[in-house]
Amino acid sequence: MTSTPSIAVQCQSVRRSFGSGDARIEVLRGVDFEARQGEMTFLVGPSGCGKTTLISIIAGLLDASAGEVALFGSKPASMTSRGQILFRRSHLGFVFQQYNLLPALTAAENAAVPLLAAGMKHREAVDRATAMLQRLGIGEKASVLPRLLSGGQQQRVALARALVHEPRLIICDEPTAALDHKSGESVMELLATAAVHPERAVVVVTHDNRVFHFAHRISHMNDGVITHTTTH
Amino acid sequence: MNFVAFRMLIGDRAKYIGLIFAVAFSTFLLQNQISIFAGIMKNTGHRVIDITDAEVWVMDPQTRYFDENKALKDTDLTRVRGVPGVDYAVRLFKGNPVARTNTGRFATCVALGLDDATLTGAPRHMILGSWEALRRPHQIVIDKAGYLMLFPGEPLELGRELELNDQRVEIAGISDALPGFVSLPIIHARYSEALNFQGKQRLQLSFVLARAKAGLSPEELALRIQEATGLKARTTWQFAWDCVAYYLQNTGIPVNFGITIAVATLVGLVVTGQTFYLFTVENLKQFGALKAIGVTNLRLLGMILLQAVTVWFVGYGLGSALAATFFNITLNVIATRHITLLWQSATGVGIFMLIVVLLASVAGLQRVLKLQPAEVFRS
Repeated sequence: MTSTPSIAVQCQSVRRSFGSGDARIEVLRGVDFEARQGEMTFLVGPSGCGKTTLISIIAGLLDASAGEVALFGSKPASMTSRGQILFRRSHLGFVFQQYNLLPALTAAENAAVPLLAAGMKHREAVDRATAMLQRLGIGEKASVLPRLLSGGQQQRVALARALVHEPRLIICDEPTAALDHKSGESVMELLATAAVHPERAVVVVTHDNRVFHFAHRISHMNDGVITHTTTH
Repeated sequence: MNFVAFRMLIGDRAKYIGLIFAVAFSTFLLQNQISIFAGIMKNTGHRVIDITDAEVWVMDPQTRYFDENKALKDTDLTRVRGVPGVDYAVRLFKGNPVARTNTGRFATCVALGLDDATLTGAPRHMILGSWEALRRPHQIVIDKAGYLMLFPGEPLELGRELELNDQRVEIAGISDALPGFVSLPIIHARYSEALNFQGKQRLQLSFVLARAKAGLSPEELALRIQEATGLKARTTWQFAWDCVAYYLQNTGIPVNFGITIAVATLVGLVVTGQTFYLFTVENLKQFGALKAIGVTNLRLLGMILLQAVTVWFVGYGLGSALAATFFNITLNVIATRHITLLWQSATGVGIFMLIVVLLASVAGLQRVLKLQPAEVFRS
């Protein structure tokens, strides 16, 4: 099955359950979801509604129990395990709620990790990561360790790490949850200006309704299904 | 990614130093205790090995080690000489007289009485003088360690006098004898003179030293002597090992060292293993992030093994350097001279520590490999 070119992520009837027998819990109950290139799509909903499970499946970090997920027309689920990893490495970027920066690496080295993982030489990778940090306004912090950075600065480093290898899909999990309003706003602005690109899609999971105005499209999720999608 | 693995390892200084310390401490303790134990045990056979002229030692059938022997009859010497294949056989006296200096300092010694005619068994490693001076009356050769025990802090000098059982003797040579189990001065003298260094007994012949004719092995000769005379005959190496075995079986030394070595092994296994395991487990979130980003399990395996080998290399190197320094210092102490860091101990401990670190890393690795990368989304 081939998706429309402008559709980056297409989920059809995706189901996912955990456990078995009486303890079986169905977290996703047939999710239909789309994210388009050149847009920032928000996935919102109450805690426990299945948002994180859905982005884990989209990212190829978790298998769906049923249904189909297509990314840019490809179906990662049909790839080999190694193929999935290589696909994820080259096409996906991640921004985590708790940043998940490596504390022993400098900001530039952290941002360079996807390039290093792809086998790029250390010097070249760090140079490219430093350039990305400069683009995000924290070039002067390139040689600083994460513990010496504020939460907002750490999230910018995480954003640089997500962007440095020019992925086609960026998945953000509650990127503003650990930040104050001002820092959160600033990170979202950066995301809107630096990450959104005609050939790239951005999917953001968030609770923070103060940043909803950055979204092009908001999919509301509840009890394991997308209840409705609004466009802005 | 090797760079990332290395930085992850050394980035947390406290844990890194803890790991290095655990490996270094275990390495030092194991190398140290094993080498000292082996050195002490080796010393128990040194009195036998030091007598290079002998190939076969003949003794009372009940003799178990060098320091415990029952004198033979003088006729036993003749009987041994009569065994086919014996090139020569000479007598050896071993006694423990007390030697006293002019200043009144005294020490119990190991006195070895050598065959008057041939001086078979004379020390071959001389520091001062010559063993051939023993042919002159009232002359002895004393080992350097023994000299320094009787004349502490004084320069090595020939011609000094000692009194042994009211016999005045002169030091004609200073030898470089291997240390024994107990640090006692080793005195070499002619047989006829050594007999007078302590109270007379009816039988005085401690050992008969024999050598095989060309074409006959010492082992074969020892068997022939045993069969022909009913006495016990052992080759030099067999007798040296008999001495080692006696001390292993009849002293608390193996238990004592064994406990220390067991503790060091436990420290190595538990502390090093657990610290490295915890180090890996505490980095699970970071490894999870790397997996999500697209680092393969094989690459993670390489990263963790690199960390393990780095910890082993630095910790083992440091521990070995400490052990080598320790032995370098104690090498100059009389009581511990000749106890060195054995290459067998260094190699064995190195392999053991590497296995410990690798096992710990494998235990941690299993957690990493089983880790679902989706877990990084959980705050």
